[in-house]
Amino acid sequence: MPPTWTGEPCDGASGPPIQVLDPSGQFTADPRFPVDLDDGDLLGLHRDMVLVRQLDTTATALQQQGELGLWASSRGQEAIGVGLAAAVAPSDMVFPSYREHALAWCRGVGISGILGLFRGITNGGWDPAAVGLAVPSIVIGAQVLHAVGYAMGQQLDGGGEATAVVFGDGASSQGDTLEAMVWAASFEAPVVLLCINNGWAISVPAARQSRIPLAQRARGFGFPGLRVDGNDVLAMYAVARAALDYARTGGPVLIEAVTYRMAAHTTADDDMRYRTRAEVDQWQERDPISRLTAHLVDCGLLDDGALAELQHESQRLAEAVRHEVRTMPMPDVRTLGRHAYASDTRASLVPAGVPVAPPAPAVDSAVRATALSAAHG
Amino acid sequence: MLTLTMSRALNEGLRCALRDDPRVLVMGEDVGALGGVFRVTDGLLSEFGPQRVIDTPLGESGIIGTAVGLAMRGYRPVCEIQFDGFVFPAFDQIVSQVAKLRARTEGRQPMPIVVRIPAGGGIGAVEHHSESPEAYFAHTPGLRVVYPSSPSDAFRMIRQSIALDDPVIFLEPKRCYWHKGEVEPEAELADMPPLLAAQTVRLSPQRGVADGPPRYSVSIVCYGPTVEWAMRAAEAATQQGVTVEVVDLRALSPLDLGSVEASVQRTHRLVVVHEAPGRVGLGAEIAAAVSERCFADLYAPVQRVVGLDIPYPPNRLEGAYLPTPERILDAVAMTLAAA
Ligand SMILES: Cc1ncc(C[n+]2csc(CCOP(=O)(O)OP(=O)(O)O)c2C)c(N)n1
Ligand SMILES: [Mg+2]
Repeated sequence: MPPTWTGEPCDGASGPPIQVLDPSGQFTADPRFPVDLDDGDLLGLHRDMVLVRQLDTTATALQQQGELGLWASSRGQEAIGVGLAAAVAPSDMVFPSYREHALAWCRGVGISGILGLFRGITNGGWDPAAVGLAVPSIVIGAQVLHAVGYAMGQQLDGGGEATAVVFGDGASSQGDTLEAMVWAASFEAPVVLLCINNGWAISVPAARQSRIPLAQRARGFGFPGLRVDGNDVLAMYAVARAALDYARTGGPVLIEAVTYRMAAHTTADDDMRYRTRAEVDQWQERDPISRLTAHLVDCGLLDDGALAELQHESQRLAEAVRHEVRTMPMPDVRTLGRHAYASDTRASLVPAGVPVAPPAPAVDSAVRATALSAAHG
Repeated sequence: MLTLTMSRALNEGLRCALRDDPRVLVMGEDVGALGGVFRVTDGLLSEFGPQRVIDTPLGESGIIGTAVGLAMRGYRPVCEIQFDGFVFPAFDQIVSQVAKLRARTEGRQPMPIVVRIPAGGGIGAVEHHSESPEAYFAHTPGLRVVYPSSPSDAFRMIRQSIALDDPVIFLEPKRCYWHKGEVEPEAELADMPPLLAAQTVRLSPQRGVADGPPRYSVSIVCYGPTVEWAMRAAEAATQQGVTVEVVDLRALSPLDLGSVEASVQRTHRLVVVHEAPGRVGLGAEIAAAVSERCFADLYAPVQRVVGLDIPYPPNRLEGAYLPTPERILDAVAMTLAAA
């Protein structure tokens, strides 16, 4: 069933975000955004969300044990990455933020790829072209321009493909993000701009970034904006799917996914300095996983046996994550700087006779001992 | 006298400035309720209110660009950039506007803006959180660039920087935020040493000789986070009978070359240390200036102990990138071996 949505904005000026599964798991179809998924697909979305949450919980624990330097939790936001990943075609390109581990998981990046950056052994971790996913941008907003440029390239190459990019409510204020919207509109780039409004940019509430629902900004740039319940994976999927199909020929769409950052900003943050436990607890009731679980149990697709099996799979993943993190190879010091240029030009960058930037001490210990012991005199 | 961490010393400095001058504003990302990711602005929001301590939207160009307008209106904004790697969205505002407005208006428009930037590596952080961007700013006429290394300097220099009518890029050595030191919180601005003066500490060998002969002496010029490492290398060298003068530059632009020159004239050898990549860095500038001013005093080529000319590596490799005390000691040995 093709989406019947034809580009009219649905940006939350009045009424709640687009939702098909309510927090209790009750399903109400939205004819504009059909959920064209079979039973296997639905179970797949559920499984991915459960496993990504497990990966997140395990990574948080590993950080506390000192195995990871830092971790940015995506707890409570799993539906967004999982829904978007299900909506993009394999040939589409995705640009993630540093928090969307679900996208990396669903695109098949693998445990080491996701965790290497947080273990401090790499600044990237995978080949963007090979997995259809850029490496996460830590500089807020930079990736939105990259995505628009990529989409312009897809268009120049003949069209048909689309790009999706994820950024936060905080990122929505960044100049790069706003310039990206101008470019996207100007060139009718086939790009879906997915803003994850999780209520907070570290300690700054989303209201400091925008007086209106962020989806409404699209109107000012001249393209449609959609506001969706980011804790409803089915709505996320259906809206992302419709937006991508529109973008392939119609140009940019902005989606605002309304969700909540359940954990502190990162493991280095103390969120109780700026928000209350009660506010966090309120969102617990809108958990994206439990609502899909309730729905699938209702439909008879999940029973206790299947849930127990998933629980086992999840435990096996936790073990695999712990093992892979602890056994990740340390990067070789001789690789320092090797990839700064297309070829390893380190030696030719400096005039003859000048030592190349030394990973090893510049003076061998014998010279050093002689020089220093001479000074004893 | 109080014993404070550097973070706390900066906090006290900002508090004094906010208290003494109603035109001083503190602004940046997460400087309010959170108190900044390094807690440098802790408690200031509740003490001075949201009109003086401003949590901005997330945009560095916005922070600095609006600071320019506020400065034109007579305010004295103290802007926080959350980490070194995030100053670049504001780079255009800093180098094209903040640095040039005084000159553009032929001296009519002061730019009393302080841009605070936690900088440097060695804390095991992810990318963009360990950069040393000082040379970009020191290369830009119109900006002053300072980089304290101790709590007492941090307290004094933040107050002096805010009082100055020129823009100041105020780098803070993030790996030293929790180092403690003595701070004199009642100090009057008028009684403080000049903002741009370097500090020279002379360390002599302990072997009954007051000072090593000039054959065994060396100056180590450093600043910010590398001062501690230079001191450690210097102490190790004095154990071996070497006299070391550690020159903490404190200010990187303008540079107190007089202090560097005076030290080199006493020791005849020079090692320059910084974390930023060596190529076209402060070390190159200092080596060139010394060769212009006192080439004949040098007994050995100037040595640079600096970051490698590569993008800052993943943190598990940063130990090989940084100018550690061992590398500094090697360079000291190198200058002595050349004599
Ligand atoms: C250019 C830039 N400025 C500042 C930061 C520091 N920083 C990291 S995350 C963050 C908040 C981002 O908030 P948001 O865009 O809402 O994403 P979320 O963390 O909620 O996923 C900030 C200020 C950064 N990474 N990049
Ligand atoms: Mg956010």
